[in-house]
Amino acid sequence: MDSTILAILLQDGVVNGAIYALLALSLVLVFAVTRVIYVAQGEFVAYGALTYAALDGGHLPGSVALLGVLGLAGCAAGLWQARGRLDRPAVLRLLGETIVLPAVIAVAAIILAPMKPGVLVEVLLTLAIVTPMSPLLYRIAFQPLADAPVLVLLIAAVALHLTLTGLGLVFFGPEGFRAPAFSDITITAGPLMIPGQALWIGGLTFALMTALFAFFERSLTGKALRATAVNRLGARLVGIPTERAGLIAFALAGFIGALSGVLIVPLTTVYYDSGFMIGLRGFTAAIIGGLGSYPGAVLAALLVGVAESFSSFWASAFKEVIVFTAIIPVLLWRSLRHGPAEEEE
Amino acid sequence: MKALRPFWPLPALLVALLLPWLPGLPAFWVTLANYTGISSIVAIGLVVLTGISGMTSFGQATILGLGAYTTAVLSKYCDISPWLGLPAGLIVTAAGASLLGAVTVRLSGHYLALGTIAWSVGLYYTFANLDLLGRNDGISGIPPLTILDLKLLDGRASFSVIWIGVILAALATNNLLDSRAGRAIRALKGGAVAAASFGVDTPRTRLLAFVYAAVLAGFAGWLYAHMQRSVNPTPFGFYQSIQYLLMTVIGGAAHVPGALLGAVLVTTVNDRLQDILPRLFGAHGNYESIVFGMLLIAVLQWAPNGIWPLIARIRPRARIIRADALRLPARAMPAPGTTLLDVARLRRSFGGLVAVNDVDFKLAAGEIVGLIGPNGAGKSTTFNLITGIDTPTAGQVSFNGQDITGWPARRIAAAGIARTFQHVKLVPTMSVIENTAIGAHLRGHASALAGLLRLDRTEDARLYAEAARQLARVGLADMADRPATSLALGQQRIVEIARALCLDPVMLLLDEPAAGLRHNEKVELAALLRRLQGEGVTILLVEHDMEFVMGLVERLVVMDFGTKLAEGSAEQVRNDPRVIEAYLGSVE
Amino acid sequence: MSVLDVSSVTVGYGGITAITDITIAVDAGQIVTVIGPNGAGKSTLLNAIMGMLPSRGTIRFNGQNLAAEPIAARVGDGMSLVPEKRELFATMSVQDNLRLGFYRNRAQGKRAAQAALDDIYDLFPRLSERRRQDAGTLSGGERQMLAMGRALMARPCLLMLDEPSLGLAPLIVRDIFRTITALRQTGVAILLIEQNARAALQVADHAYVLETGRITLQGDSATLAADSRIVEMYLGRASPPMGG
Repeated sequence: MDSTILAILLQDGVVNGAIYALLALSLVLVFAVTRVIYVAQGEFVAYGALTYAALDGGHLPGSVALLGVLGLAGCAAGLWQARGRLDRPAVLRLLGETIVLPAVIAVAAIILAPMKPGVLVEVLLTLAIVTPMSPLLYRIAFQPLADAPVLVLLIAAVALHLTLTGLGLVFFGPEGFRAPAFSDITITAGPLMIPGQALWIGGLTFALMTALFAFFERSLTGKALRATAVNRLGARLVGIPTERAGLIAFALAGFIGALSGVLIVPLTTVYYDSGFMIGLRGFTAAIIGGLGSYPGAVLAALLVGVAESFSSFWASAFKEVIVFTAIIPVLLWRSLRHGPAEEEE
Repeated sequence: MKALRPFWPLPALLVALLLPWLPGLPAFWVTLANYTGISSIVAIGLVVLTGISGMTSFGQATILGLGAYTTAVLSKYCDISPWLGLPAGLIVTAAGASLLGAVTVRLSGHYLALGTIAWSVGLYYTFANLDLLGRNDGISGIPPLTILDLKLLDGRASFSVIWIGVILAALATNNLLDSRAGRAIRALKGGAVAAASFGVDTPRTRLLAFVYAAVLAGFAGWLYAHMQRSVNPTPFGFYQSIQYLLMTVIGGAAHVPGALLGAVLVTTVNDRLQDILPRLFGAHGNYESIVFGMLLIAVLQWAPNGIWPLIARIRPRARIIRADALRLPARAMPAPGTTLLDVARLRRSFGGLVAVNDVDFKLAAGEIVGLIGPNGAGKSTTFNLITGIDTPTAGQVSFNGQDITGWPARRIAAAGIARTFQHVKLVPTMSVIENTAIGAHLRGHASALAGLLRLDRTEDARLYAEAARQLARVGLADMADRPATSLALGQQRIVEIARALCLDPVMLLLDEPAAGLRHNEKVELAALLRRLQGEGVTILLVEHDMEFVMGLVERLVVMDFGTKLAEGSAEQVRNDPRVIEAYLGSVE
Repeated sequence: MSVLDVSSVTVGYGGITAITDITIAVDAGQIVTVIGPNGAGKSTLLNAIMGMLPSRGTIRFNGQNLAAEPIAARVGDGMSLVPEKRELFATMSVQDNLRLGFYRNRAQGKRAAQAALDDIYDLFPRLSERRRQDAGTLSGGERQMLAMGRALMARPCLLMLDEPSLGLAPLIVRDIFRTITALRQTGVAILLIEQNARAALQVADHAYVLETGRITLQGDSATLAADSRIVEMYLGRASPPMGG
């Protein structure tokens, strides 16, 4: 293997790793705030990718209808969960979030989609369509289980993944799609030819991480979210509505998932069920990083990306095997460091 | 009484043998029943893993695949009898599960689940890419099972074999759960700390549950390979694994009949949906996954215990105590008055906070001593340090002449220290006597395999006789078969004492035994503790009820801010100004 | 007028009744203490008032029946609880902990937040010194100050303190109680739960004695401080009835 191949593999790995890092970050965040291991986040990658591909082709994406369905379900779930203690502002807020907002987005999509409004608007529209589904799903699936053990939440998350994959098939169809890159420029740096999409991925990932950092370090809402993750009871005692913290965390995860999908669809053909395998890599990274550490997750994600690109070069048939079984030695190491099994209460 | 409990496997066996030959039974139904049977076996394994011990696996289908591929390769390519494929398949699945289990059982439960996701995806791609396993096409033309010279090619013959397999799996699981090892598995739900305090090796027990579930899946895989006579990766994927979990959760994750019910429901519904949904949505695809996903979430939200407990009245079964069971050997008590427990300069700090600060005290054999002090004085930490739940930062604990500092909890239990807990830790799904019998864990030796094969009955009868004896000793004999959590909280504390006595302890550590008791119950408890003392048991108790503790003990150790503040008789302590100040605060 | 009116409140969970038929009142600007031995149900009472445990009976706050109001709304109404375990945000800075205490008032803007923060730093100069440090690195006394500061950031009209002296050395306990006395000047009503009966009785105007879930004594703090039954309650009577 010469240095050119090495450089190309490294570059591929880092680009993919950047996407996995975003996914891993949001998994860690969602877990910290809600204790949900959000297996279904991968579906948002597929939804984002397919929605963007449809908009790029000038079609109305199937996800608009799905958003409507989820909005109605979310509204019903919200009314049911809050029965007996509903007042006007609460109902109005619920209607706004579950009916009005999706309706506005749907109308915008119906008007804009046939106009082929260009990359920027298409990306924004994609994010607007896909992101709200995640907090809606939180309302429907997880809010009633807020006090359940981690294991039950995990089973629910896996069930949600199952449902979303099926819904993806209904609303997007079985064909795979690929979209053109955001730009055609290629930068040549020594032996490396860096395609524009790679730069977009790198740049946006970096920008998003910076924005997330600023959000959590600077804004009161970001701090409230962190506070909920650190000490739920303490957060409730200062009046942070912890259910809303859950909604925000899920919205962030949905946003990051959709954005990852948009970024990745020019690189690879995405099918309705492609999200799981992509999400699972983010997931592997989050676990390797310890499910609690943001820098750990990012670092592990880059490692997973690089490991994947190298194993696809050497043993492409076994790249999944290599990437996913890498988790075992990490768990072993954690287990040995950990000492006796802890009490789960 | 025994005559009233029909032995269900016999009629079940008749059904398994005769039902498929019923005239007019559509072959299609037989096939469906065969799949149901195979699924039931996997689901029964998940009952032990998920419902009973609170872990889960998202990789059971892949483990089933491991068993199926093993026997397929051996019987097709190596000309080995399909019957020998069974032990081979079981060995391979057990080994694989042990490997994955060993690295995760010491971590919190969700790591095992996550490990199984990654692992099963990896294994799935291994199946799909290995030339030996026929890549995506799999292996076909696997020889069928043969009995004498008869090849079991017919679906109806498979039906009998599979459902005999289901009966065996259900029997084995019931036997296991009713044995010493099974009680240890069930005790995990009452908290790993409580289980470890009675000598249960909790990581090993978790591993046992995981490997057992895997072995059942491997068994199902063997049946599958020789019924289907071909294997390919598709049915061993993540999606199928979730279906098995769905069956268990829907049916009732903690009950063997629930697994059967779940398997029947899911297989039937699945079959119907595959008919109906494509008609609704047009094209073919995994539409049923939408319904199953929603169904699973709905069950978790509305009926977290599954359907079985809703339709069947679940009661712990009444125990028949064999009066002729041989008494368990008892340990020799140390001579009264000799130093039994010696706590020397014991220290535990958490970061900068010193919870226990160079505490010294001694207990002589046969004494009752109270450990008192205001909230946050470090009493519970001291208890945890003595019993090995927590490890001291410095200092030494000697017991019966042995240095036990830093020993794990189960070894300390084996040395003869038994305890109760401030927050009662009984297993809610077990009866009072079953909970009590957990205390006798270390006094039995039967392995899980012996329990599975019912070779442990003599010993188990002795353990139960001991549990019954201890319940009678604390005055709860007539509560033996009640569910543990149906008792008043105060009585549950007494059950904990009975459980501790089952260990045949030299020393009892009681954490607030009188909390929640009514006045006359406290009088009875005091009498019981005195009686135990008379029989040579040494007792150290933390208690907040001062009237109770002062009237009971010979000596008090008072702690405040992690240090020993005073020591002496009730009278001395009550009049000690430092003690009064510790309790009531100082006046400036 | 009473800031807080608790009448006939009963709390039961897990099959046991933790507190029975409790009636207490806290007037504006008053310090009221509930004392009693461990396990008497003191924390349960505070948790019920804060809405963290379901209860029977009525709880009125500034004349308004709280019924099923969630915790966040109670904080918004002006109720703050400093819990026994402090419940700080351990991996966040002291300043962030305090700023989050202002969460319910965030609509008042940055200037109001800064003013509230300055007030807390005046009250606890120690916290100002440590403003950049993570809350988890503080000593026990500093943690208690931070917990109180965070609760006061919400500018409550009722401050509830659950065992503020727990686990603290006597010198620090003295500081904490001085602060409690100083807070009286700000007009906030205080409901103080304490095991340290003597210190609590010294700062409080009115006191209730809680034993095994019931109020057994109540009255003027000075009167109760002299009552010999208090010592008996903590350390038992001289001749125990447990004979036999």
